[in-house]
Amino acid sequence: MFTYIARRLTVAVPTILILITISFVLMWSAPGSPFMGEKLPPPEVMANLEAKYGLDQPYWKQYVDYLSNVIFHFDFGPSFKFKDRTVNDIIAQGFPVTLTYGFWSFIVAVTFGVGLGVTAAIKHNTWLDYLAVGFAIGSQSIPNYVMAPILVLVFTLWLGWLPGGGWEGGTWDHIIMPVIALSTSYFASIARITRSSMLEVLNSGFIRTAKAKGLPMSRVIIKHALKPALLPVLSYLGPAFVGMVTGSVIIDQYFSTGGIGQFFVNSAFNRDYSTMMGITILVGTLTIIFNLLVDVLYAWIDPKIRY
Amino acid sequence: MYPDKTKMESLVEATNIAEVKGRSLWSDARTRFMRNKAAVAGLVILTAILLFAVFGSLFQAWTHEAIDWKLMGRVSQIGGPSIENGHYFGADELGRDLYARVVQGTGISIMVGVVGSLVAVVVGTLYGATAGFFGGRLDNIMMRTVDILMSIPFMFVLILMLVIWGRSITMLFVGIGLISWLDMARIVRGQTLSIKNKEFVEAAIAVGVSPFTIILRHIVPNLLGIVVVYATLLIPGLIMAESFISFLGLGVQEPMTSLGALIQGGSKQMLYGAWWQITFPLFFFLATLFAFTFVGDGLRDALDPKDR
Repeated sequence: MFTYIARRLTVAVPTILILITISFVLMWSAPGSPFMGEKLPPPEVMANLEAKYGLDQPYWKQYVDYLSNVIFHFDFGPSFKFKDRTVNDIIAQGFPVTLTYGFWSFIVAVTFGVGLGVTAAIKHNTWLDYLAVGFAIGSQSIPNYVMAPILVLVFTLWLGWLPGGGWEGGTWDHIIMPVIALSTSYFASIARITRSSMLEVLNSGFIRTAKAKGLPMSRVIIKHALKPALLPVLSYLGPAFVGMVTGSVIIDQYFSTGGIGQFFVNSAFNRDYSTMMGITILVGTLTIIFNLLVDVLYAWIDPKIRY
Repeated sequence: MYPDKTKMESLVEATNIAEVKGRSLWSDARTRFMRNKAAVAGLVILTAILLFAVFGSLFQAWTHEAIDWKLMGRVSQIGGPSIENGHYFGADELGRDLYARVVQGTGISIMVGVVGSLVAVVVGTLYGATAGFFGGRLDNIMMRTVDILMSIPFMFVLILMLVIWGRSITMLFVGIGLISWLDMARIVRGQTLSIKNKEFVEAAIAVGVSPFTIILRHIVPNLLGIVVVYATLLIPGLIMAESFISFLGLGVQEPMTSLGALIQGGSKQMLYGAWWQITFPLFFFLATLFAFTFVGDGLRDALDPKDR
C-alpha cells in the first residue's frame, strides 16, 4: 500500500511543479506590461511598480521566488490589479463559496445518481427503468451553461420561487439553483454507471447464492450487491470532481455567486495574471490530490487490485 | 439412396453463379451501421446541419454583421422571427440577423470540433502507436507525459493562454488541439500493444521492414476502426469545450460568433422575453451534439467486433 502511494506521489509532485512552471512561462511570455492601462504609466512609476512586484529581477530569480513562496508559504503573491489585495485574499474570499455549493453538488450527484441507478437496475426492464434511463440520457447531454438559463427561466421568471442569482452568505434559496445546474450532468452519468454495474453484479453467482439462502431482497442489495457495484462509480468520481470544479466557473459567472470562478473570469478580462495563475495552480493541485485520494481509496476497497 | 433430383439441380445452379462478392470489414460495418436506426437518423440530421452551415448563408437576407436599425432598442418587442423583414430567426439584442449568426456560429462550432478531432487523430495515433510499438522505457516516458498533461486543469490553462496570447480563433484551435489528442494516444497505445504481437507484424519485422514503416503500413491501418469511432465521439466534447469558453465571453471575437457565444447572448436576453435568441442557437447546439453522439455510437457498434 505504501509503495503504491509513494509511486503515485512521484507522479503527482512533478505534475504540480510542471503546472506551476507552465503558468509561469505563460505569464512571462505575455506581451506588454500588466500595468498597462489606457496609457502606459510614466517610466519612473513603471520602474517603481516593477520593483514592487519583483518584475525587475531576472526571470530565473522571479521563478525561484514564486516557486518557493507557493510551495513553502502557500503565498501566491500580490494581485496585479487590486493594489491592496493579495491573491490569497481573493482565494480566501471566493473559495469557501465555491466549496459550499461544490460540496452540495457532489453530495446530490452521488446520492441521487446512485439511488436512481440502483432503482433502475432492480426494476430492470420496467417502465421505471426506461424512465430513469431516458431521464439520465437527456440530462447527461445538457451542459451546465444550458441548464442554468433554463432553471432561471422556470424558477425565477415563471414561478418566482427562487432568486435569479447572488449569494447572500449562502442561504438555501441561493444555493439550490447553482447546485442543480452544476450536478445534473454528473448525476445522470453516475446513474447510468451505477445501473449498468448493478445489473452486472445482480447477475453474478454470489447474488444468486445470497438469494438462495433466503435473504430478503433489501439485504441482498445493501449487504452484498452495493459494494462491488459502486466500484466503477468510485473511479468516475475523479473526472466528476474535475468537471464540477471547471463548471463552477460557469455557475459563478451566471449566478454571480462570488466564488473563485467569478474572480478567475474577472481577472481574465482584467489581465490580472497573478490571480489567474494562483487560481489555476490551486485548482490543479486540488484536482491532483483528489484523484490521488480516489485512486488510493479504490485500491484499498477493491480486493482484486494488487500493487 | 439417391439424392433428390431437384436438390442436385439447385446445387449445380449454385455452383454456376459467378464468384460471390467478398465482404470486407468496411462493407460489413456499413451494413451494420445502416441497420441501426438511431445512427442513421443521426447521420441524416448531421448532414442537414452541415448543409445548413455551408449553404445557409445563400438564403440570408442580412449578413451576420449588418445591424437592422429599424429594430434598434425594440428588439424584444418587434425583433421576433418573421418572414417579411428577412429575420427568419429574429434578431439579436443589437438588431443583427440571428439566422445569419446561427449559420455562422454552427459552422464555427463544428469546425472547432472537427479540426480538434483531426489533430487528435494525427498526433494521438502516431504518438500512441509509437509508444505502444517500441514499448519499454520509451513507452514509459511517453505515457507518463500523457498522464501528467492529463491531470492539468486544461480549461483553466486554456483560458490563461487565450488571455495572454490574445483571443483568436487560431488560439482556440491550438489550445483545443493541445489536449484533444491525450485520450486518443492512450486508446491507440492499448490497441497497438495487442496488434504488435500478431503474426503479420512479426513477419514484417522478420523481413527487415523499418519500425516506422511497420507503424504506418501495418499497425495504423488496423487501428483505423477504433480511431474513427473515437474521433467521432470526441467532436461533441470539443464543441462543448468551445461553447464553454465562448459562453464566458473568452472565445471567438465579434463579429464572428459560435453557438456558445449565441447561447450566452440569448440567455441574457431571455429575461426580457426575447425567447428566440436562445431557442434557435440552443436547438442547433443540442441537435449537433446528439447527431454526433448517435453517429459515433452507431460507428462503435458497427466497427467494434467485441459487442457482437
